[in-house]
Amino acid sequence: MAVVGFLVYGLISKGNSRLAVGEKAPSPELPKLGEPGEGSLKEYRGEWVLVNFWASWCVPCRDEAPALAKFQAEHQGQDFTVVGIDTQDISDDGTKFAKEFGLTYPLLHDGNGDNGHEFGTTGVPENYLLEPNGKLAWDVAGPVDAKMLEEHVAPLLPPEKKT
Amino acid sequence: MTSRAPSRRARVRRLATALTVVAALAALLLPSAATAASALRTELNEIEAEVMCPVCGTLLELAESPQATREKAFIEKLIKQGQSKDEIKEALVEQYGDAVLAEPKGSGFSLSAYVVPIIAFAVAVVLLAFAVWKWRRAAGSREERHPAIEGPSDADRKRLDEDIGRYDL
Repeated sequence: MAVVGFLVYGLISKGNSRLAVGEKAPSPELPKLGEPGEGSLKEYRGEWVLVNFWASWCVPCRDEAPALAKFQAEHQGQDFTVVGIDTQDISDDGTKFAKEFGLTYPLLHDGNGDNGHEFGTTGVPENYLLEPNGKLAWDVAGPVDAKMLEEHVAPLLPPEKKT
Repeated sequence: MTSRAPSRRARVRRLATALTVVAALAALLLPSAATAASALRTELNEIEAEVMCPVCGTLLELAESPQATREKAFIEKLIKQGQSKDEIKEALVEQYGDAVLAEPKGSGFSLSAYVVPIIAFAVAVVLLAFAVWKWRRAAGSREERHPAIEGPSDADRKRLDEDIGRYDL
């Protein structure tokens, strides 16, 4: 019985399917990258969030990083933020990557990749757009570029707030 | 002319002395550098055999992915900083979680990796002993219900021999 129990647990824990549109995104507490303390996707409820799973050793992540940095700079006043989750990576390497590409959006560190597995990721990079209520609106299993972001993400964002 | 000759000889002697000293130093330093490099390689190999490449799901020593390359570089950096094997493994756990260890830790949930097989083995032994006991008990009661069939009596055997004798086989 114990063996069967462990097999079932293994199947349940390893066989996570990909997060579907309309499903609520998992949002555990994760260490912040390059600074002390923890953060969670819960902190961004009320905003549109583009969750970007990446790693410093991943070549396509390098390709998409400038587009994400630019999109964040252009749209951060529209109740929107990118949240980068550095996954299965040495945190120092991740911090260097963030500096190299001038990433100003919040960054978390998912060292064991568990948060990514909860989303159902199969690699990096992967991108998930969350509605302000934390539910998945759109996703892409691979890198994004400026055109994709303008076509799929920008039209959903509210107009910029006038201060 | 006569005053320059000894000074040239002295210069040559000084140069020869300097070269000898450099050669002696090189002879001392090169093997120790080679030994240090070899020790680094040995320690790196030892650790690589005891930790996983989390992305590949294999031992780090067998992995050649970009993530594995960064992990190896991280280990090498810590070795050069003089950290012990345990300290390096602890640093890897901080980065990648417990799953980076090829052998689970002997505490917390990981302890189940050691305890469950022992419990499973003990339960199997008990079940097997119980099954053997039950089987032997059932065999005993079957014997009681159906006693073994005895052979023919002496009189029957004599009669049987006489009958067979009549047929001249």
